[in-house]
Amino acid sequence: MDEEAEAPPPPTTIHRHRLATRIWHWINALAVFVLIGSGLTISNAHRRLYWGDYGANFDHAWLELPRWPGWVTIPSLYSLSAARTWHLFFALVLAFGLLIYLIWSLANRHIQRDLRVRRDELTPAHLVEDAKAHLNLEFHDPKNPGAYNIFQKLSYVGVLFILLPLVIFTGLALSPGMDAAWPWLIDIFGGRQSARSVHFICMALITGFVLVHLTLVFLAGAVNEVRSMITGKWEVPEE
Amino acid sequence: MITRRKLIATGLVTGASGLLTACDSIYRSPTGRAILDTGEDAHQFLQRSIAGRDALAREFRADQMSPRFRVNGSATANTPEYAALTASRFADWRLRVDGLVRRPLAISLAQLQSMPQRAQITRHDCVEGWSAIGKWQGPHLSRILDIAQLQPAAKFIVFHCADRMGDGSAYYESVDLIDAYHPQTILAWAMNDKPLSTGHGAPLRLRVERQLGYKQAKFIMRIEAVASLAGIGKGKGGYWEDSNGYQWYAGI
Repeated sequence: MDEEAEAPPPPTTIHRHRLATRIWHWINALAVFVLIGSGLTISNAHRRLYWGDYGANFDHAWLELPRWPGWVTIPSLYSLSAARTWHLFFALVLAFGLLIYLIWSLANRHIQRDLRVRRDELTPAHLVEDAKAHLNLEFHDPKNPGAYNIFQKLSYVGVLFILLPLVIFTGLALSPGMDAAWPWLIDIFGGRQSARSVHFICMALITGFVLVHLTLVFLAGAVNEVRSMITGKWEVPEE
Repeated sequence: MITRRKLIATGLVTGASGLLTACDSIYRSPTGRAILDTGEDAHQFLQRSIAGRDALAREFRADQMSPRFRVNGSATANTPEYAALTASRFADWRLRVDGLVRRPLAISLAQLQSMPQRAQITRHDCVEGWSAIGKWQGPHLSRILDIAQLQPAAKFIVFHCADRMGDGSAYYESVDLIDAYHPQTILAWAMNDKPLSTGHGAPLRLRVERQLGYKQAKFIMRIEAVASLAGIGKGKGGYWEDSNGYQWYAGI
């Protein structure tokens, strides 16, 4: 992953993902799956989003949501109490899982080595070149095949350091007990109903990330990619 | 590779829908449910560890109030006894305070109104997701419990209400002594500077401001101090907790 450009040609199989990354990836995948499913049930309980501190049926909603069908919700038959039980349990898995993973990945230098965005990667020329490579279904640099490309880095950094923390903190701000404990939390988001709206927007963006992520796993070679996230070993694709 | 790819795609879709179905059966299994229910305990433990015992819910200015505060839950108690009470404007209503107290009480509305009052403009958060801001006024619950003199064995305060629910039972809720003695926990007889309307729970409702709407029991008739919630309803401490599996700790 941190091989130098002048290193000898890479072996056909490299060790791509560290243990911490693999464990967290699957725990987090499960948590995100359950949280989105149960969250959509909770959304069905009141399908209107507002800005500000308050918001109910007589107030102006900036968005009216559709009713999510049973085949995407947890549980499949509407039950707000069951959805909350799922949501509150996996919220803890998501939050503490992320916290432990980020600390672990700072310690094993995964973040500094693999996710740090270099200035030269953000030049328009590089971005255009990398976008063209994506269109040709080339996702890695042959000279350094284990490294993430710039779009991978930006989306992983965006999810790890922006979307997931935001969805966790807006979720906390929805809880009346936490609002008494940490009054500043709700001020950051501009009121409980704003926090609820931001929570929903984060969920939508995370869902978008998951869909693009899964699509790219398929385009890059599903077997190889999924295996690398289980065993860590990744076969460098032929040129 | 294409067939393997298709295999994985099919596997992913069936896996995802299989997981959704699995969630339903896990929730129904006693072990699965017991594990999931630890989430509520963990949240309660974490929140209580972070928040001071007397940490206050946000209070708002009058100009921040909801223009219209929707009625939720029972819109009326809808029993002949309650109709008679409203007809006499609650002149014959008495709040009974009993259970594990040294001095059982029967308090009139006029007596509640003449006690030291607390008024607060707070946000009411429904478990469904909406919020409304209103002004509530009434005596501290702690003051009434002190007059009744709780026995040392008392650990929970149960509110018995006049409204009948779908299964015919009367609504009930409970709080522990931390929330019962919280400085914002009041027995509100007034809302937005007027006596409570029927829809909002006349003559008296609970305000326990660090928890969700279903804790804010309306149409209160009787307050009971108990050592354990085991003998109340089906033992989970409230109507929605017993009938539907909602969390007893509604601070989340």
